[in-house]
Amino acid sequence: MRADFDELGVEELSRHFGRRRAVSRITFNVAAGSIVGLLGPNGAGKSTMIGLLATLIRPTSGLIRYGRLVVDAGHAAGQHGAALRAAIGVLGHDLFLYPELSALENLTFFAGLHGVAHPHRAALEALEHAGLDARAHDPVGSFSRGMRQRVALERALIHRPRLVLLDEPFTGLDDASTGRLVSRLEGLREAGTAVLLATHDLDVADGLLDAAVFLKDGRLVDTVVQPSALRATYRQLMARPVS
Amino acid sequence: MPKWFLPAAALCGVMFVASPVVIAGAPYESTMGLVQKIFYFHMPAAVMFLVSAVICGVASARFLFRGDPAQDRLGWAAAELTVLFGIIALVTGPLWARKAWGVWWQWDVRLTSSLMGWMVAVAYLLVRKYGGPGSEKLAAGLALFGMANVPFVYISVNYWRTIHPTTSVVPTLPTSMGGPLWFCFATFLLLLVLLLRLRVRLGEAHARLDALHLALDE
Amino acid sequence: MFLRGVWLVVRKDLTVEVRSREIAYTTLFFAVSCVLIFAFALVREGRAPDEAAPAVLWVAIAFAGTLALGRTFERERQAETLRALLLAPVDRPAIYAGKLLGMMALLLAAEFVLVPLVALLFQAPLLGHPFWLTGILATGTLGFAAVGTLFAAMLVRARTRDVLLPVLLYPITVPVIIAGVRGTALLLEPELDVALLRFWLALLVTFDVVFVTLALWTFEPLMTD
Repeated sequence: MRADFDELGVEELSRHFGRRRAVSRITFNVAAGSIVGLLGPNGAGKSTMIGLLATLIRPTSGLIRYGRLVVDAGHAAGQHGAALRAAIGVLGHDLFLYPELSALENLTFFAGLHGVAHPHRAALEALEHAGLDARAHDPVGSFSRGMRQRVALERALIHRPRLVLLDEPFTGLDDASTGRLVSRLEGLREAGTAVLLATHDLDVADGLLDAAVFLKDGRLVDTVVQPSALRATYRQLMARPVS
Repeated sequence: MPKWFLPAAALCGVMFVASPVVIAGAPYESTMGLVQKIFYFHMPAAVMFLVSAVICGVASARFLFRGDPAQDRLGWAAAELTVLFGIIALVTGPLWARKAWGVWWQWDVRLTSSLMGWMVAVAYLLVRKYGGPGSEKLAAGLALFGMANVPFVYISVNYWRTIHPTTSVVPTLPTSMGGPLWFCFATFLLLLVLLLRLRVRLGEAHARLDALHLALDE
Repeated sequence: MFLRGVWLVVRKDLTVEVRSREIAYTTLFFAVSCVLIFAFALVREGRAPDEAAPAVLWVAIAFAGTLALGRTFERERQAETLRALLLAPVDRPAIYAGKLLGMMALLLAAEFVLVPLVALLFQAPLLGHPFWLTGILATGTLGFAAVGTLFAAMLVRARTRDVLLPVLLYPITVPVIIAGVRGTALLLEPELDVALLRFWLALLVTFDVVFVTLALWTFEPLMTD
C-alpha cells in the first residue's frame, strides 16, 4: 500500500517543545512537479518542518494534507503511517548511510526496506544516476563528502517518492557536485515530483525554485511565487519584524 | 485550589499531630514491646507506596497510548509520591526488622520487591530530570514496564528465597490491628490525596505558564 | 512484509558487525575483564566460593550486554540512520524485532566464550547439562535484550543515554538475573532438580513473552516525537 497525492498542503501547522515554539501556525502548499524552497536563518524551524512532513514529529496543532490523507494532532501518522512513508523521500541533515557498508549495500538495504520490487537492480540504477557505478563496492566511509551526498540523495529517491524533502542538501558541496544536484532536482520536477528544499544557500536556490517560503523564529514571514533576486528579497523580508 | 483543600489539609495536620496519642493508647504488644508501634506508620506508608505506584503505572500507560498531558502530570506526581512513601516504608521496615528478626535487613520477598519497585520509581524521576526533551515518553515507558514487572519480581524473589532457607522466623502480624491502625491509615490516605492534588496542580501551573509564554510570542 | 523488514535489519546489523567486529571484540573483552575481576575478588587459595560461577556469569552478561546495547544504537545515531529506519514504510515494530535479534546473536556469541571461561576459572561443571544451560541462557538473554533494545532505542535522543541505560535496565531485569543465576546454579548440583529448573525456565519464558509483546506494542508510540 502506498499513498498517492498530487499536492501537499500545510495548514496552520504548529509544533511546540515545552516553551519553545519550533514551528508556529504555518500555511503553504507544494504542488506536484514543483520545487519549493524553505528559506530562513538557523533556528527558523526548517528542520522541524521537514520532521513534521516526514511523519517523524507529531504536530501540536494544525494539519498536513497529503492529497486526501490528513495528519493532525489527533490523528498521528500511525494508522496510514507506512503508506505515507512509502511515498515520501527524505534527505536529512545527516547522511542516513552506514559508513561500514558499501554504496551498493546501503542502497540495496534501503531499497528492500522501502519495498522496492528488485532492490539490487534498483540500487545499481541509482548508482548509475549518481555516476558512482565504478565505486559501488567501496564502503561509504571512504567516500568524499560530495560522493556521500550523492549516494545519500539516491537513497532518498530509491523508492521513487511522490514527495521529496531535502534538509540543507548543498552544505559542503563543491560547484560540480552542486550543479549535479541541481540538475537531478530539475529532473525530479519534470517527472512530476513535489520537492521541498530547506536551505540557506540562496545563490544556488536562485532560479531553481518555483516558490519560496520564508521562515523566521518558527513563523511564516512570506510566501513568494516564482521568486527572483532571492538574496534581495530575503534581506528585505528578514529585516521586517514578524507580525 | 478546590474548596475542600485547605480544610482537608488542616484535618490531615491535626490527625498527624494526634496520631502519637492514638498510637500510645493502642494495646501494648508484649513480645515486641515499644518497637511494635512503628507498625502503625509503617503499614499505611507501605500501602500508600503501592497505591501511588499503581496510579503512576496506569496514568503512564494512558499517556503513552492517548497522549493526554494530564495523565503525564498525574504519572509524574504519583512517581514522586511513590518515592516518598517508599522511603518511609523502607526506613521504618528495618527498624521493625531489627527487633522482630534481629537483623536490619532481611531478603524477605515483600522487602525485596518493595526495594525494586522503589528503584524503578527513582529511575523514573532520574529520567524526567536528566532525560532531556522527550523524556516524558521514556519515563512513561519505564513506568509501564515497571508495572508489568511486579509479578515477576515477586515470584522470582519468593522462589529465590525458598532455595536459600534462612533462620528467620516469619513474623506473625498482630491480629488485633484495631482502631489506631485504621486511624493512621486514614491519615496517610488523606496525605496521599492532598500531596497528589498539590503536585498535579503544580504541573498544571507549569503547563499554563508554558502556554502563556507561547501566547506572549504570538 | 513484517518478517522481511526484520530479516533485512538483522542481516544489515550482522553485515556491519562482521565487517568491523568492533562491538563483538570490545564486548567480549569487557566481559572477560569482568570475569577476571570477579576471580581476583572471590577466589581464595585457588578455590572459588560455591555457587560463585553462575553469579559471575550473569553479572558479566548483564554488564557486557549494556555495553553492547549502547554501542549498537550509537552506531545507528552517528549518521542518524535510526531516523532513516523509522522513515521506511515497514511496520515500526519490525525494526525493533530486527535490532533485538541482532543483539541476541551478538550476546549469544559472547556467551559461547564466556561460559567455558567461567567454568574454567571457577572450577564449575557448567557444561554438565548443555541442553538445560542453553535453554536458560537463551531465554534469559532474550528477556534482557528485549527490555534493553527498547530502552536503548528510546534513549538515542537523550544526551545522558550512557548513564540512563543501566539506570532503567537493571531494576526491570532483576527477575531475569535471579532466574538466570538460580537456574544456572541448579545445574551445578550433584542431583538435578528438574521440577525447580522447569519453574525457572517457565518464569523466563513468561517474562520473554510478556516483555517482547509489550515492547512491540509500545515501540511505535515511544519512537514518534
